[in-house]
Amino acid sequence: MTLFKVENIQKRFGSRVVLENISLSVEEGTVHGIMGPNGAGKTTCFHVLTGFYAPDAGRITFEGHDIAGRKPHQIARLGISRSFQIMNLFDDTVVIENVILALPEFRSRSFNVTQNVFDDTALVDRALEVLDQVGLADRAWQKAAALSYGNRRALEIAVALAADPRIVFLDEPTSGLGAEATRRLMDLIRSLRETYTIVMIEHDMRFLFELADTISVIHWGQVIAEDTPAALRANKWVARSTLGDVA
Amino acid sequence: MISLSDIPARGGSPFTRSMGLFVLLLLTAPFWLEPIGLYQYLGMEIAIWILFALGFNLLFGYTGLHSFGHGAYLGIGAYAFGLFQQNITISLWGGLLAAITAATLAGALVGAFVSHRRGIYFALMTIAFGQVFWFAAIKLHSITGGEDGLLGIPRPDLVFGPLKLDISDNGALYWFVTIVLLVAVLALWRLVNAPFGRVLQAIRQNETRARFVGYNVWLIKWLTFVVSAAFAGLAGGLFAMAQESAYPDVMSLHQSGLIVMMVLVGGGLVSFWGPVFGVLLYFIARDIIGGLTETWLLWFGLMFVIMVMVRPEGMAGLFHVLRARLPLRSRKAVGPAAQAGRA
Repeated sequence: MTLFKVENIQKRFGSRVVLENISLSVEEGTVHGIMGPNGAGKTTCFHVLTGFYAPDAGRITFEGHDIAGRKPHQIARLGISRSFQIMNLFDDTVVIENVILALPEFRSRSFNVTQNVFDDTALVDRALEVLDQVGLADRAWQKAAALSYGNRRALEIAVALAADPRIVFLDEPTSGLGAEATRRLMDLIRSLRETYTIVMIEHDMRFLFELADTISVIHWGQVIAEDTPAALRANKWVARSTLGDVA
Repeated sequence: MISLSDIPARGGSPFTRSMGLFVLLLLTAPFWLEPIGLYQYLGMEIAIWILFALGFNLLFGYTGLHSFGHGAYLGIGAYAFGLFQQNITISLWGGLLAAITAATLAGALVGAFVSHRRGIYFALMTIAFGQVFWFAAIKLHSITGGEDGLLGIPRPDLVFGPLKLDISDNGALYWFVTIVLLVAVLALWRLVNAPFGRVLQAIRQNETRARFVGYNVWLIKWLTFVVSAAFAGLAGGLFAMAQESAYPDVMSLHQSGLIVMMVLVGGGLVSFWGPVFGVLLYFIARDIIGGLTETWLLWFGLMFVIMVMVRPEGMAGLFHVLRARLPLRSRKAVGPAAQAGRA
């Protein structure tokens, strides 16, 4: 079943057309990779899909809802989560609060002015469960800013998962990670694909080809190819581009 | 550097040592102010400014929205209180309600414009709106009395059911202000330690992330602006009673800057109680250094500069550091370690 469908998205900034014509179709329960050279429009594409920017034209549907042009918080509440390429955490606070803030059961009380946050053990337990998924449960009460780079990446994913999403967008999850951390992240994403539909921008081709069921190649603001990793390896356009080297 | 978020949300009880000390000081002040050479009116003035500062810090410290035009809402509260007495009826509750309502409405209007922004744009827009109100207060002569302001604002009787008390002298009015302040402090305390308060701090730390985990950031910023304006309005109403007048200077840019300075020096960025320290420090400087030299503002300004340079977290930050260095007991109160056991 198609969970998330993007049809002919266009995005301009002034006279600069960043997304010329993007169409994607993400099947439920799959890992959908997005690759392309720097400046191809991958992150802008994510920004449009998650409501950071409104598209100038085109349709985005998620479970039948048209979400093009909706606000980020409205999109997030439908069950669409994302992580960021440049890390975006609540740095002043402890790891677990980053997760608690993203839990829907906490968010539904965001206008509550009388209750006590950490008194609710159910909330804390749920947050610890999420942290456990990414292997951060034992660091729950450390300050987010004090985590190592790799752990911050993991927390970035935990915050996205905490929202109990149907689909998770990961923007270059391996960026800046060493070989060991990348391998661990690969295991993590492998375990997540049981539960979530994942869309992932990635520069690390080995990583992407290993994990993705389908890959869209974006170049010059367009999808120049969309296929399985195996078929893409054989694609002459991909082979001709610089990406072909790794693939 | 520590921040407000390092302070864990408290348990159900607001009865902490700091709260105890605060209440004790407020309740005993009338008995020692005069013996130490100060005067009753000062206690009232400080209590009113603490109310203003704590409400302001909801916006400034907790949400990280740097309003430099908050004097406007203090002024609007003061004018609304005065106009209510002069044009409608002499009533304490009516006047205070008018003060809160007027400031809330003004806050709602301005908030709707500024809540899209943060940082320098937010600050500049709050200044601009503050100046609009200030200018209006000077120019709308027939309503506000122009530069003279509203004079002879009465201190109406306190009517509470069958009870009717005369609070027109400074001593009695102090008690009334104190009770209002205590109720406000308890309400604010509850609010910042509830989920809403944590969300405010989340927005301060990372607005983008807050948005992408599903918070309607605009609405929350707007609400905070309105609530903080409402507290300023309440303080303004009390201020009009204390001063028995309302005048444009209350809402001037200078006044708006003063509250920022108090909250910063006191440590509003790192502590609920920061604004209280800041207000105390300012008035002590004004009355004690001011008694010695006319150039007291110079010394206060210098103190501000030094504070920002060596301890930008303010006085409350200084206390946190001192406490953290003490090896014993108080340590467990700060930081998440206390909660690790519970988890």
